Amino acid sequence: MGMTLAEKIIASAAGVELVRPGDIHTVELDLLMSNDGTTHLTIDMYRKLAQPRIADVSKLVWIVDHNMPCDSVKTAASHKKMRDFAREHGITFYEGKGVCHQIMMEEHVRPGQLIFGADSHTCAYGALGAFGTGVGCTDYLYAMVTGKSWVLVPESLRFDLKGRLRPGVTARDLILTIIGRIGANGANYKAMEFAGEGLKSLTMSDRIAICNLCVEAGAKTAVMEADEVAQAYLAQRGRTPKAIFHSDEDAVYAGVYEVDLDSIVPVVAKPHFVDQVVPAEECRGIRIDEAFLGSCNNGRIEDLRAAAAILRGRKVAERVRFLVVPASAQVFRQAMEEGLMKVFLEAGAIVMNANCSVCWGSCQGVIGEGETLISTGTRNFKGRAGHPNSYVYLASSETVTASAILGHIALASDLPPMEE
Amino acid sequence: MKETFTARVWTLGDDIDTDIVIPTEYLAMKTIQDMAPYAFSPLRPELAGQIRPGDVIVAGKNFGCGSSREQAPEVIKALGIRCVIAGSFARIFFRNAINNGLLLIECPALREAVEEGEEISVEVGSAIVCNGVRYPVAALPDNLLEIVSAGGLVKAMRRRNGLE
Repeated sequence: MGMTLAEKIIASAAGVELVRPGDIHTVELDLLMSNDGTTHLTIDMYRKLAQPRIADVSKLVWIVDHNMPCDSVKTAASHKKMRDFAREHGITFYEGKGVCHQIMMEEHVRPGQLIFGADSHTCAYGALGAFGTGVGCTDYLYAMVTGKSWVLVPESLRFDLKGRLRPGVTARDLILTIIGRIGANGANYKAMEFAGEGLKSLTMSDRIAICNLCVEAGAKTAVMEADEVAQAYLAQRGRTPKAIFHSDEDAVYAGVYEVDLDSIVPVVAKPHFVDQVVPAEECRGIRIDEAFLGSCNNGRIEDLRAAAAILRGRKVAERVRFLVVPASAQVFRQAMEEGLMKVFLEAGAIVMNANCSVCWGSCQGVIGEGETLISTGTRNFKGRAGHPNSYVYLASSETVTASAILGHIALASDLPPMEE
Repeated sequence: MKETFTARVWTLGDDIDTDIVIPTEYLAMKTIQDMAPYAFSPLRPELAGQIRPGDVIVAGKNFGCGSSREQAPEVIKALGIRCVIAGSFARIFFRNAINNGLLLIECPALREAVEEGEEISVEVGSAIVCNGVRYPVAALPDNLLEIVSAGGLVKAMRRRNGLE
């Protein structure tokens, strides 16, 4: 009886030959990411320890992205605490460089690693064949001090992807469709593994979008084999794999789902749950007040290109705020070089620095009572983007952009042809 | 931790996410005590003010889904909630709650059986009694119970190292 990809990464981190779902192992962690959502709490707890020490400072990556730039004296104090501590201890530290998971993919994650992040969307790292999982600040503190933690080996679910996504359909439509199908706790405690011929046609940006959102089905992590596409992404950034694992032919899965990529259509997740997924057509015409393109899920250069291609020569609807927030400073610079920012500005979009923005309802773009947002963000929970009585619809970059132009939820194919 | 207690019940539905437990806009407050009055405010703004120490929450499936914010179990604890009983718990919340000494009990059948305001009897690790009906519940593994009874992971480590 073989092991799955997720099981192999845990076995490697635990220094054992074999692990089985349900086993609890002490593991050596490769990287520990934390952001300004909770790092100040970690620091407070650290300072109260009898003998505070950091097991291996080279594993720590701290990123200010949630309230960037800060919006109040309180968040400024929290950032200062984080910045000063990072400097004092020599911790790798970013601020103003983008959303934590995008920076981790661009700069740090390597195939085969086991990574804790004090953020639920840490499962994104599976796009590079790593086991990333979200934890709270106490688990983070324990790992920071000991270099280790315990993990319960999760059962794996395999999603066999077949065919190809049709033009106008995105990886975001795919993962939202899957979450809609299995439900918000359909993969609770489990690892979601994506495999099959269909995976080969998906870009790294697609893969990050897919893995990143798996926590919305409750997953502990999401994984994909680090194939040629992943290895090319890594090589371009001057990194090498720690190890490349493959699921065994006779690995055991708690469930296997066949997903025909050709059958996926543009979808929308309706308020207030990520699994309330319907074909985008069913939401056509719902009036919006704001549109958001960005986040660790859909703020990469590929998303900005897709949006700009739709927006070029068109205008954002009157009374609609269209926020364009690149996922990282690298993405921002690339978009500048490709002339995309000019397209956004000429169309009347609001371009902002790389940060988490309204995806988590912090300083930028918060919506008021009764308002509706269509978003490429990660969540549409009640009150997530602002007032408790407001509405968030999740959709792809294409659908969000088309909606920003028409002022109501729309598909890119609904747009009238451009005048010559 | 062989303990039995009776408690007044507050009921919530399925998929109570951690943005509901404590919304983003209150996370910058200085202390957990400052945040506690805003717990559950997107759903029930009056609830935090009505909860009394020793009460319990009974919810549906997937309690604590979403953001990994550890302030979520902390504010529940700060309100004096003795334990959360739910159909199931999202995994990050599960770990965070244990690490903060908040007792969690899975009991899928209870939510439909209990009305808000009723009293139930909780026999930790064994059963919940509601309106004379006994609902068996699983015990947490000993190592997790040790953390909960110490008041959280940091306190448990201190106790283990002879510091408390």
